[in-house]
Amino acid sequence: MKKQTREIIERVYHHQRKRIITITIILCIILCILMALSMMLGNTFYSLNTVIQSLLYENIPGASFTVNTLRFPRMLAGVFCGIAFGMAGNTFQKMLGNPLASPDIIGVTSGASTVAVFCILILHWSGNAVSIGAILGGMLVAFLIYRLSQGIGSNNGRMILIGLGFQAFLQAVISYIILRAAQYDVANALRWLSGSLNNVTIEEAVRIVIVVIFMGSSLVYLSRRLMLLQLGEDFATTLGLNIQRTKLLLIVNAIILSAVATSISGPIAAVSFLSGPIITRICKGNQANMLQAGLMGAILVLAGDLVAQNLLPARYPVGIITGILGAPYLLLMLFRMNHKGG
Amino acid sequence: MTDCLYAEHLSSGYGNHTIVKDVDLVLPEHKISVIIGSNGCGKSTLLKTLCKLVLPSNGAVYLNNKDIHKYPSKALAKNLGLMPQSPIVPEGITVADLVARGRFPYRQPLKGMSKEDYQIVSEAMDMMGISDLADRCVDELSGGQRQRVWLALALAQDTDILLLDEPTTFLDISYQIEILDLLTELNQKKGTTIAMVLHDINLSARYADYIFAISNGKLLAHGTPEEIINEEIIREVYGLNSKIIKDPITQRPMIIPIGKCK
Repeated sequence: MKKQTREIIERVYHHQRKRIITITIILCIILCILMALSMMLGNTFYSLNTVIQSLLYENIPGASFTVNTLRFPRMLAGVFCGIAFGMAGNTFQKMLGNPLASPDIIGVTSGASTVAVFCILILHWSGNAVSIGAILGGMLVAFLIYRLSQGIGSNNGRMILIGLGFQAFLQAVISYIILRAAQYDVANALRWLSGSLNNVTIEEAVRIVIVVIFMGSSLVYLSRRLMLLQLGEDFATTLGLNIQRTKLLLIVNAIILSAVATSISGPIAAVSFLSGPIITRICKGNQANMLQAGLMGAILVLAGDLVAQNLLPARYPVGIITGILGAPYLLLMLFRMNHKGG
Repeated sequence: MTDCLYAEHLSSGYGNHTIVKDVDLVLPEHKISVIIGSNGCGKSTLLKTLCKLVLPSNGAVYLNNKDIHKYPSKALAKNLGLMPQSPIVPEGITVADLVARGRFPYRQPLKGMSKEDYQIVSEAMDMMGISDLADRCVDELSGGQRQRVWLALALAQDTDILLLDEPTTFLDISYQIEILDLLTELNQKKGTTIAMVLHDINLSARYADYIFAISNGKLLAHGTPEEIINEEIIREVYGLNSKIIKDPITQRPMIIPIGKCK
């Protein structure tokens, strides 16, 4: 082989790498700007200086309560729920090779929401108990989908179809519970329908930060295995991958991320579903892009929340804005799949 | 020492349905072997059982005297490669990216590609003549180019034994020859032991050093093309009357099917 040929090929790899690193840095910068903005903007505007001072050093009358107790947990939860949704969605989509396979389309987040709504409206629970219920609900649904889709041959398509069925069923259950509920409870339960960062406490924010640190880094570690799974099970096996174990690890990590995030912010619409495909489009190629998908999720949530809180005539939950982005994309996806014949 | 793959009393199948029945075979080292047989006779299943994709229900497959199921999966992947019949092309993937995935069994977790990885991946692409396609999307390539990309991936895996499940299906005649020529080159340059399933008897006779004829899940006959491609065995394997003549180019046997000829 000519030395030149090798250099050309290596240059392709370095070029791809550099591109992804640049994109990651840009995403980080955008996220930092959004984080700063969401600390500064609101009913009252505080300068960056005031925000930093009140967070780090002293008690500034008026500002400290708003910044430290209201805005900070909200921002933190927004960032980390976004990362969790983005990574979980990306994992499922890449693993099952289908953009429709994100946890908010195949019923996992609905499972968490249904249990939460049930706990709030029927059992009249509140606080941590609801969150734990939501996590268990998400996992139960994921487990059922996984078990029911086992069988001979590849089960990716089955998993998506069964998930879509669950999604429709659970949405119906949620609607039914809400229709039956007392009026004054409904406002509280609405968070579980469209997703919202209202009234997030610092304890909840810390919970999602911890979960993202553990499960998120596992998913980044599993990225290379995920990329092999994409080649189909035959190829992945002969390349030395333990398919069942890898799939299980990926699913468990993604489900925990998704369910815990849902238990805190509710199912913020379409973030799981959008982050991965946007990143894949920007980064070109088909790397796992796990970290980048997480950053994209965080950007979508924070940007959506900023728009919902500040730019619209009334204050809407963030899920309304991200949902508005997601719906046309879902339609586009369905059209394209229809066009390609599957 | 080179790697030697053989099967003893091998039976396998799906569920309770046994497809491969009591096969004993040894893949000749550094040679090209072709498995032939009629549709549904179990040749693909046999190939898949040889590389751990299908569990044996009886007997076992051995690599260097050790059951392949007793190898750690990455260790086995360094010795035994497979190119499946219809691998999935992940959407938007580039050629370079796809070929690099063949290095998985060798790579350290969380680390980038080593010098050796780059060297082997580049060699694989160069040998398959796809170096200038490195930054192209695999979706955009023609069937023949795509097949060369998959072969480059299997080459990047750097194994002594390479199994291929119908590497020429869906390709037109010129690409079929191109792929088989590339495999011959690989076999001659690196001494890779190759075993593949092929449908075309004439191409099998031309490119194989050794042929395994499968009928109804059993190994009916095996030997050089001259020993295997004769009217009697073809009738037993395919239920087809034929006449065998000599290929004027290579002097290998060549089949003329008779059927209900006018």
